[in-house]
Amino acid sequence: MKKEIEFTINGKKKRISVNTNDLLLEVIRDELGLYGPKYGCGTGECGACTVLMDGKPVLSCLTLAARADKKNIVTIEGIGTEESPHPLQEAFVEEGAIQCGYCTPGMILSAKALLDENPNPSEEEIKTAIAGNLCRCTGYVKVIQAIQRAAKKIGGEVR
Amino acid sequence: MREFKVVGKNVVKVDALPLALGKPLFAEDIEIKDMLHAKILHSPYAHARIKDIDTSEAEALPGVHAVLCYKNVPRVIHTTAGQSWPEPSPYDMVMFDNKVRYVGDRVAAVAAETEEIAEKALSLIKVEYEPLPAVFDPERAMDEGAPVIHDEPDCKYLIPVSYNPKRNQCAHIELEAGNFEQGIKEADFVIEHKFKVHHQQHCSIEPHSCICYFDHLGRLVIRSSMQVPFHVRRIVAQCLQVPERMIRVIKPRIGGGFGGKQEMVIEDVCAMLAMRTKRPVKLVYTREEEFTSARVRHPMVMWAKTGVKKNGTITAIMLKVLSNAGAYGTHAMTVMNNTCAKALPLFRCENIKWVADAVYTNLLPGGAFRGYGVTHAAFVMGVMMDEMAEAIGMDPVNFWKMNTIKEGETHPIFRILSETGRGVEMAVGSCALPECIDRGAETFGWKDKRERYKNQPQGPVRYGVGMSCMVQGGTVPMLDMASASAKINDDGSFNLMIGAADLGTGADTVLAQIFAETLDIPIEDVIVYSGDTDLTPFDKGAYASATTYVAGMAVLKTATKIKEQILEVAADILEEPKQDLVLRNKGVVSGKTGKRVEFGEIAKRALHRKDQFQIAATDSAVSKLSPQSFAAHFAEVAVDTETGQVKVLSYVAASDCGTAVNPKLLEGQVEGAVLMGMSYALTEEFIFDENGKVLNPSFSGYKIFSAVDIPKITTILIPSYEPTGPYGAKTAGEVNVNGPLPAISNAIYNAVGVRMYESPFTPEKVLRAIKMKR
Repeated sequence: MKKEIEFTINGKKKRISVNTNDLLLEVIRDELGLYGPKYGCGTGECGACTVLMDGKPVLSCLTLAARADKKNIVTIEGIGTEESPHPLQEAFVEEGAIQCGYCTPGMILSAKALLDENPNPSEEEIKTAIAGNLCRCTGYVKVIQAIQRAAKKIGGEVR
Repeated sequence: MREFKVVGKNVVKVDALPLALGKPLFAEDIEIKDMLHAKILHSPYAHARIKDIDTSEAEALPGVHAVLCYKNVPRVIHTTAGQSWPEPSPYDMVMFDNKVRYVGDRVAAVAAETEEIAEKALSLIKVEYEPLPAVFDPERAMDEGAPVIHDEPDCKYLIPVSYNPKRNQCAHIELEAGNFEQGIKEADFVIEHKFKVHHQQHCSIEPHSCICYFDHLGRLVIRSSMQVPFHVRRIVAQCLQVPERMIRVIKPRIGGGFGGKQEMVIEDVCAMLAMRTKRPVKLVYTREEEFTSARVRHPMVMWAKTGVKKNGTITAIMLKVLSNAGAYGTHAMTVMNNTCAKALPLFRCENIKWVADAVYTNLLPGGAFRGYGVTHAAFVMGVMMDEMAEAIGMDPVNFWKMNTIKEGETHPIFRILSETGRGVEMAVGSCALPECIDRGAETFGWKDKRERYKNQPQGPVRYGVGMSCMVQGGTVPMLDMASASAKINDDGSFNLMIGAADLGTGADTVLAQIFAETLDIPIEDVIVYSGDTDLTPFDKGAYASATTYVAGMAVLKTATKIKEQILEVAADILEEPKQDLVLRNKGVVSGKTGKRVEFGEIAKRALHRKDQFQIAATDSAVSKLSPQSFAAHFAEVAVDTETGQVKVLSYVAASDCGTAVNPKLLEGQVEGAVLMGMSYALTEEFIFDENGKVLNPSFSGYKIFSAVDIPKITTILIPSYEPTGPYGAKTAGEVNVNGPLPAISNAIYNAVGVRMYESPFTPEKVLRAIKMKR
């Protein structure tokens, strides 16, 4: 069954027709051509497909596209550009927090949701915020450092 | 130590920003018009003959374009192991067989308009199986009357190996250096134990993904997530029976590999479906397929016997190895060989005996995995060293220092055995292990913690510390080969084309740094392109801790040739003799007159104006030896004696890394390896039912560490200078996956007095061991 949905994605209004059983991840990748959200498990256990829905991280591999109706969706492509990357994107680059980079979009969006609510998180709060984003490369050490650095950047402590 | 301009600096990873921005860089991140979707049907049986397959209903389903099974593909016996030719792995696989050998083995494949149609088509394939008795226990696999897994007449090795598939024997080797029995007689203490090391899945967050399409000449392009583009081209050409010139393999950004992609896991099927349908085809493994139908770290049963004198001299070491190859022998012999070749040279001992078998069973096939056999031996020997130190009453720190190989020393094992078989005479070119032990112990607070925990108050939670040292020989010596090409552009920048396969490791960046250092240019002037069989020269691929060392040397040689060409042109422009000129900051300067010309001007002159030619070069390098990297690890644990739960509180990894070309990237490699080892030691575990089926094929059932599970990890890079490596660089990083098993096992013993000889150290096992001790 088809359903018309209207939503904002990365600041742009979209009106599309989706099957009621389409998953948000498939629609974002295959229909909208945004490849930032990744397939890692399809069962909501790795976090690679994380996007923000009304500011909250959601697992797009488990979320029906129809649920995006009237919502504000943000993917990794929506938070920064080459010319003007988001402080989290800058900090991940500077701290060496990116190895293969496959988990990075989801990781950064989970961190963004945290920093938007809590600009000065403790290490434990950071770990909890990204607990659902598995990374097999880094050992998380530099990821945590990058989020701490981004918090300082946003707070104006580091450029 | 030499000072460098670009080498040794924390240059930002060349692909980091595009990755942070979420650019479409991975295999699956492209949409191609008219692309079909492929799915594979896997075996529900551990061992069965396929009496018949009826694919007619699947073929008749609208939207289905091809169905493959043993009836309609060529039977080409091969190995999927991504190794140099002739591969040291048995040829015991065909694309589809009329026999299945593990739950998850391939039965058939479908290409259809959508994934849903492909899945529906799989359900319409009718397979008539004749189930056969199966064998899962490697200790039973060679018994008289055990089911014969490879009864096909055409399985073989291309190289001489003791191979007896009729007895499920996949490889057998034994060797002795000195006289083991004599060594045992000389010992004051003899220690003997049986160990078991378990399965591990690589769990790259990006699953195996492949897209096949055709170029403007009708050639097949394979865009795939793997570590070995050139080997994959060769093996796919072999399986499809087409010339290699008809295939181009592209390695885009890779979402992690760890050895799991040193293998042709899905490319042959995707390529065959594209050939049959003349359409682009996409095949992506599900996470479940990664757990049930990819590759794993070989589980092993190992027996160790060692002798030690009261004065601390190790008089004898014996290691018996039984590797569970699973259903196919890919990487089985070479991983097994490394339990000796790359692990035992760590120990100063005259009398070493090693007896090894790899056997077929009806479980998941093993494959390459970070550590590659050294991980297994490092666990066994790390625990044995701890016991020997205890037996003679010596602090492990001193015992390790006394009994490990030093810079400039050689070892009898080197000349007898290497990963692929024949040994290579060599000496240790660089070794900072003593410093690793000292600095690691100091940072960790070894003495203080050992003392403190001796007198800890009684209570349900006990604390302890443990250490271990490890080595990882890099490269397959006298075999591993890499190459590079480079050319200058009008503005004096360079394209650097390397066959090497960056799979998230930072190889592109590190190799660009070596190039930039040699030509005295900023890193921004190096445009790196890697891992494309059409556009980059040959490289054996990303494995055996070899890229920085071997590909680094190829890049250095290429850059040196280019430097000579630049100096020729500059000499003509400046009208000065070449020998008076030096490269300086993207220009050439005369040491005598101070006259200077920029690379941009040199390039324009060579390309446009006078005696025109392309300033360009290509060169390659082969590893003559296996440079060793060393590390010392220290673990502090808390063991709950009521639940058996082990928690790592702090961990120090001191790693001898040669020249760290990019310290920050290397730290990341160390941290990732340590955490992977730790997660393996404590929580990662395959659970099989009695029919060999994986019961936990998901991240909820197979637990890898997340951010909340990590202890405080301290990484210390201890520099040394490898005389044979580019700017003193060598193998680094991988060695650190070998530490957590022994260091944590030793720490558990220190805490609660029980030795863990079987991994993983789950609460159930630890609790059982504690209860048995009482």
